[in-house]
Order: sequence, then C-alpha cells, then structure tokens
Amino acid sequence: MSVEPQVIDETAAGNTVFVYEGPVRLWHWLNALSIFVLAITGYLIANPLPSVAGEASENFLMGYIRFTHFTAAYVFAIAFLVRIYWALVGNHHAKQLFLLPITDMEWWGGMVQELLWYMFLVKQPRKYVGHNPLAHLCMFFGITVGGIFMIATGFALYGEGAQEGSWAHTVFTSWVIPLFGQSQDVHTWHHMFAWAIVWFIIVHVYAALREDIMSRQTMVSAIVSGSRTFRD
Amino acid sequence: MEIETFYEVMKRQGITRRSFLKFCSLTAASLGLAPSFAPKIAHAMETKPRTPVIWLHGLECTCCSESFIRSAHPLTKDVVLSMLSLDYDDTLMAAAGHQAEEIIADIRKKYKGNFILAVEGNPPLNEDGMYCIHGGRPFVEVLKETAADAKAIISWGSCASWGCVQAAKPNPTQATPVHKVITDKPIIKVPGCPPIAEVMTAVVTYVLTFDRIPELDRQGRPKMFYGQRIHDKCYRRPHFDAGQFVEEWDDEAARKGFCLYKMGCKGPTTYNACSTVRWNNGVSFPIQSGHGCIGCSEDGFWDKGGFYNRVTDIKQFGIEANADKIGGTVAAVAGAAVVAHAAVSALSRARSSQNDQSKGGK
Ligand code: HEM
Ligand code: SF4
Repeated sequence: MSVEPQVIDETAAGNTVFVYEGPVRLWHWLNALSIFVLAITGYLIANPLPSVAGEASENFLMGYIRFTHFTAAYVFAIAFLVRIYWALVGNHHAKQLFLLPITDMEWWGGMVQELLWYMFLVKQPRKYVGHNPLAHLCMFFGITVGGIFMIATGFALYGEGAQEGSWAHTVFTSWVIPLFGQSQDVHTWHHMFAWAIVWFIIVHVYAALREDIMSRQTMVSAIVSGSRTFRD
Repeated sequence: MEIETFYEVMKRQGITRRSFLKFCSLTAASLGLAPSFAPKIAHAMETKPRTPVIWLHGLECTCCSESFIRSAHPLTKDVVLSMLSLDYDDTLMAAAGHQAEEIIADIRKKYKGNFILAVEGNPPLNEDGMYCIHGGRPFVEVLKETAADAKAIISWGSCASWGCVQAAKPNPTQATPVHKVITDKPIIKVPGCPPIAEVMTAVVTYVLTFDRIPELDRQGRPKMFYGQRIHDKCYRRPHFDAGQFVEEWDDEAARKGFCLYKMGCKGPTTYNACSTVRWNNGVSFPIQSGHGCIGCSEDGFWDKGGFYNRVTDIKQFGIEANADKIGGTVAAVAGAAVVAHAAVSALSRARSSQNDQSKGGK
C-alpha cells in the first residue's frame, strides 16, 4: 500500500477528515508521557541528586529513580510494539511513521515546499491529510529511528544489571554491547540520543503549534480528537 | 625433554600426594566447580601429559607478571613449578640469550600444536615492528611464528587484549592487540591492568586440567570471571541505590564510604572480578581503598576522558565536551531558534493579514 500524502479534494475548505485512529492518539500521548519521564529520570541517573542523609538501608532514592526509568522504559517499548502492530492493521496514516516514500519525487517536491514555507519564502503551505513531508521525515528519524535506538541501547544497559539469562541480556545486551565496543560507549550513545530526542521534541511541539495557528489545517485538535479540519 | 604427566612433574618437585590432592580440591573450588570435580582433576593430572606454556612479552610493563606471581589460590609456586610447567618466560626463567631462545624452538618442535602460548603485552606494527625487539627480531615476527604452532593463546592483560595505554591516541607505534594479529587460533582474553592474580592462575589451571578453553563471552573473556560488572557486586552498592554519594574527595561522605559514582567510578561499566575476588590475597580493591574504579579491564578505557567524570567526554567534534554539554547547548540553540522563528512568523502573519485587509481581504 502506498504511503504518499494525499493531496486530493478531501482537503477542501471546511472539510473535516478522520485521520488519527484511537490507538494512534492513545499511543501518541502515552509515548509523550513516557519520553518525558524517561528524559528526566535518565538525566538524574547520569547526574544524581545531592546525597540524602541517614542510613543507606532507610533510603532508596537512586533505586526509585532507576525503577521509574525502567518502568517508563517498558511502557515506552511495549507501546512502540503495539504501535507497530497498529501500523499493520490500522489506516493509511498509521503506517506513515514507519515508511519514508523516498522514491516518490512529488514527496521530495513537497519537502522543498515545506522548507520554503519555514524560510518564509512561500505564502501558503500545501495541505496534507497526514504528515507533511518535512514532518514525516523528522518523525521518522526522531521517533522511529530514535525510539528503536533508545530501546536497543536502553535494554542492553538494562540487561547488564539483569545479567545473563535475563531476556534483555539475551535479546539486546549480548550483541549491542560488543557492537559498540563496551558498556561505557553504550551509555554515551544512549545519553546523546536522549538529547537528540529532546531536540526533536522542541522542534516538534513548536512546529505543531505553529502549523495549528498558521497553516490551513488543524494540528493539535487532530491528535486529540482524531479529525483534521481544513480552513480554506 | 621427555613427555611427563602433570603429577609426575609435581612428584619430581617434591610435592606430596596429600598436597597434590589438596591442590586439586582448591583448584576445583576456585573454578566454582562441585567437590566431585576434585578427583577428576586429580585423575586428569595423573594421566595427562603436561602441557607446556610459553610466555612471551611484547610491548608491556610486566604488571601482569607482577600480579601473577602474587597469586594466593592456587599459589603461584604450585602453578609455576608444577601445573603450568612454564617452559619459557623470559622474566621468570633462569636461562638467557641463545639458551633461552632454544627452548622456544624446542617446544615448538616437540609439542607442535600442543602447547599454550601466553602473551603479555602486544606487538607494535609500525616501522615493521621495530618498536619492540625480542632476541634481535621484531616481536611481531616471534609472536606470529610461535602462535602458528600453538594450540591456543592466552592474551594477558589489557595490552594483549585491547591495546592499553601504549595504544592510546595517536598510537605512534601502532601497538595492536593480539587477536588482530593472530586470527586463526582460539584466544582467551584476560584483560585488566593487570588482571587479578587468582583469575590468571585459575584460567591457566582450567585450560591445563580440562584441556579446553573456558566458556568465553562475545568479547572472548572467560565468563566465570568477566560475567559481572564491578557495580553488580560492589559493597558500596547500597549507598548507590540509596542515593548517597561522595561529592568531593575527603568530604564527610568519602569518610563514610559512600558510593563513588559521582567521582567517576567506572564500576557500572566494567566487567571484572575485583569486587568479589579482590586483590592481594583478598585484602582490598580500588573502591575499598576509596578510589573509583577506572575500568582498566575495558576496551579503550585509556581514551575515554577523565577517570573522574561520570558522563564521558566526547572528542569526535574536535572539542572536548560531554553529552550534557553538547545536548544542552544544541537544545538551547534550538529553543532560541524556535523563539526567533515564532517572532518572525508572527510578524509576517501580521503583515500579510494587513495586506489582506488593505486588498479587501477575505
Ligand atoms: C526516550 C527514551 C529514553 C531516554 C530519553 C533515556 C534517557 C537516559 C539517560 C539520559 C540516561 C543516562 C545515561 C548515562 O549513563 O549517561 C539513561 C540511562 C539508562 N537508560 Fe534510558 N532513556 C530512554 C529509554 C530507555 C529505555 C527504553 C530503556 C530500557 C530499559 C532504558 C534504560 C536505561 C538504563 C538501563 C540506563 C542506565 C542506568 C544506570 O546506569 O543505572 N532507557 N537513559
Ligand atoms: S562505588 Fe562504583 S561500583 Fe561501587 S556502587 Fe558506587 S558506582 Fe557502583
């Protein structure tokens, strides 16, 4: 099935189209929440809070922070798997996140148009039912590639603690650690990609809000209610 | 040289039957095997012809040998004099010069395909290997030649296993770990700078008694000693989980023995047995002495920035900064760019709606 953005009369002024199915919207917000928790707890794992007073046996601060990171990580990873399943059974727009139509010249043309739009060089952006090509590209790298990378490196680190025999060690640690050379390198890469996801989020949130206000279609309400309305 | 069994050699060394059996059960224990293995080890040693070991030294500092001779379980004297039948080790043996070199030639002939080659240090490859000369020839030649007839190779220490400090950037002598030079023999890596004495002797004992190499992980290290991180068995771990850290050398937390994570301890990323076996007959290990682990048994530990940084420095961009500095800077730039872009967007929108109005708009 093709995944090219549809530029057809569905986008006529005043028209409302159903884009994001329930599971996609639920996933979006669950994903956002888990990334938020992962980024904060991850930062605190690398840069722990000031020491707590009292007996070691009375405290478990670092333990709780790590536990929260790992719980959010499981939520993030399982949601990601369910999302892949939904890409298979869901509608056209549910597939977009995982596929880039790089052989489609029109898609690249749309990309140029979007770039010009962000550089204030065209007055009106094109209309899209799903993601515009630029957003599509950013999401593919930020969420699909970034997510897979964080899951692979994250569970590789997790499997080190869970040790040999654990599923995480078998599935991830056993090959990810040798692939990167050793554990410290995996930490560094996991940490660097965490920041890359933060960069993505800054741009993503800004672009969504801006498009919601300035483009010819709704954005924020679309990921809440699932339907997108075209203004002109 | 006639071929003797291990036990015969031991008897010749004046070791009694009683100490021999004690040695066998100690060996079984140190390898983590059931007591029922002790008679098996004894049987093997009584019947098997001893396997000679040639111990070569390349570009190194001899800390592996220094560590080795301090082994307490089993005692090095037992290992060297009887078990190991270390036929050639230019640091430990009495022979020198041509006599010594003859031993290598002799063993290679007599035990072709049947001796163990232990390598301490590594061969530098630059300038045709001239940075390390062994008996008048580049070490790399001696290594290749000897390895060709060996049954298996033990790479002692981080030099032979990974390259170690002599391979630090820019690595002028092109010091190269053994497995990158010898690719057609089974290699056991026993990294560490130096490796723990008991780990060294236990690996040798295992190889010689069972006549096979111990189970290795993907990086070629014996799982029994490199299967866990320092952090997994560190006695300061409760302070880590509690969130109690040394923040500065000599602060109150340091005196209380809190976790050294914030002081750059590499225990969480280092596979070795220091926190279980410890050093010098189990007396202590770096963390117990108040200093973080520097990760000396890990590949590349010498080129990963400060020993005292928790978040590793990244040098790939020509600047030295860690992930937080790079990530935070880019995030700030992205944030500023967003604000600027938003401002320009608002302006252009205001202008275009003005234009629309003046044109009669919509
Ligand atoms: C968007 C997703 C994620 C973000 C932003 C994130 C962030 C971070 C950060 C910044 C660190 C500190 C790295 C360092 O040691 O310097 C970290 C550590 C870690 N993360 Fe994640 N992470 C994410 C996903 C995951 C996932 C899916 C897992 C899977 C279990 C995971 C497991 C871990 C583990 C095990 C550590 C090391 C903990 C330790 O050393 O005690 N992370 N994470
Ligand atoms: S001192 Fe090092 S190895 Fe021990 S618990 Fe702290 S970080 Fe882990």
